[in-house]
Amino acid sequence: MSGTERTTGRTSSRDAAEPDPVDAGPGARTAASRPLLDDVDGLLDEIDQVLEVNAEEFVRGYVQKGGQ
Amino acid sequence: MRRRVFGLETEYGISCTVEGRRGMPTEDVARRLFRNVVSWGRTSNVFLENGSRLYLDVGSHPEYATPECSSAHEVVVHERAGDRILDDLRRRTQADLDEEGIAGRIRIFRNNTDFSGNSYGSHENYLVERHGEFQPLADALLPFLVTRQIFAGAGKVLLTARGAVYVLSQRAEHIWEGVSSATTRSRPVINSRDEPHADAERYRRLHVIVGDSNMSDLVTWLRVASCDLVIRLVEEGGALEVPLLESATRAIREVSRDLSGRGAVRLADGRDLPAIEVQRHYLEAVERFLAERHPDDLDAQHVVGEWRRVLTALDRDPMSLEGELDWVAKLRLVQAYQDRNGVGMEDPRIGMLDLAYHDIAPESGLHQLLVRQGRMASLVAEDDVLAAMDEPPRTRALLRGRFLRAAKEHGRDVTVDWVHLKLNGEAPRTLMCKDPLIWDDVRVDRLIEEMAVDR
Repeated sequence: MSGTERTTGRTSSRDAAEPDPVDAGPGARTAASRPLLDDVDGLLDEIDQVLEVNAEEFVRGYVQKGGQ
Repeated sequence: MRRRVFGLETEYGISCTVEGRRGMPTEDVARRLFRNVVSWGRTSNVFLENGSRLYLDVGSHPEYATPECSSAHEVVVHERAGDRILDDLRRRTQADLDEEGIAGRIRIFRNNTDFSGNSYGSHENYLVERHGEFQPLADALLPFLVTRQIFAGAGKVLLTARGAVYVLSQRAEHIWEGVSSATTRSRPVINSRDEPHADAERYRRLHVIVGDSNMSDLVTWLRVASCDLVIRLVEEGGALEVPLLESATRAIREVSRDLSGRGAVRLADGRDLPAIEVQRHYLEAVERFLAERHPDDLDAQHVVGEWRRVLTALDRDPMSLEGELDWVAKLRLVQAYQDRNGVGMEDPRIGMLDLAYHDIAPESGLHQLLVRQGRMASLVAEDDVLAAMDEPPRTRALLRGRFLRAAKEHGRDVTVDWVHLKLNGEAPRTLMCKDPLIWDDVRVDRLIEEMAVDR
């Protein structure tokens, strides 16, 4: 799917009960390094760039048939 | 060591617009998105080499089901891998449109609502032991699931008859029952459909469909990890006095509309209990259970530590969680946008902002922008997400992934589902893999070896 091919890393162990690595909840954790609204004008300018120019039409037209 | 199998099924919303105006119909966009997949799998329902399943669901929603995961952390990694896989499809389809000279910009959102009252979900699956009774488990979980939106809500600008309001949850207004087998007609919190995709004598599936699609890693992780511990307490017969609700559907709406987290839920015995107190009640029951039965389980200790930290912060000042909780971050953005532009909550740009928070494209998704700029936290490294686009977790998904990879390598025709691996041909062979936790199976090794020689 993603283009790159990787070989599946297999271990030679036949013991299916071998524990997996622990749930590394905090493992690769990256905390926020600045307040959410730091340099709020700069942030809002960036947000304006990703909003559709015609938000009203977009919002009205965004209809998804019901999922589950 | 105790293990559980987890899975998350995500329905995505899609749009194709020309300067904001509706372009190609959603059904056609969905079909085109899947053309790239279909050409590979010849159907709009394929299993990928990372063990996941990608398909076109009811109402033309692309749906991504993670492979069988063995931890909440793996769920987060594979949920995000799903976003990347869908975004790859979007990119390729967008390039096709551009090449054919068809005007339109495709966007994909991992959220749960449009602006016309339709909803699509983020469904959690937990494999539970068959030996316990289902109804008591579902009853015990219900108040927990109804109130967890105080941290797990993705936030939403809700249009009501009396104007637009901000609510905690995307899904709350679309839930009509506590526990039932319905899905689209009368959505329950817990769907009782029992398809374990495993040895049905031993296991059943707990299918929780009330959840919002969380963009925050921390929230996806905490919502799955905390639910796992409550299930475990019930499975192992730990002490829990269930605060039975008078009405789950009323409670879920009331909690969603109270941004303080102190919105009370009415209990069956007539008492009113703030949502945060219901959560604390579960947290403390789990803490007692772990202290008594599993004092050495560090993973579980970590989960309750985070759960407690989040509840304490919510109680003190929900805004202090702006870098971690979706509903808080989105609310802060909405308020800042309102302040600068002097617009009300009902302004369409606010609705658009709500949606853009869930856009899965790195260049236009607001949540991703916030993480990239260090404004919000993440739990998973991008490299792990990229790897998970190809690599299955070490569960049954690994067998499926290896089987599919070998079939591609040797040009063999195969058919797979969650349980079966079938090698087609003159003498077709089918293997049944009933245990989702077993990732190493000599029968699969042999079948793969045969693919190489037996052509």
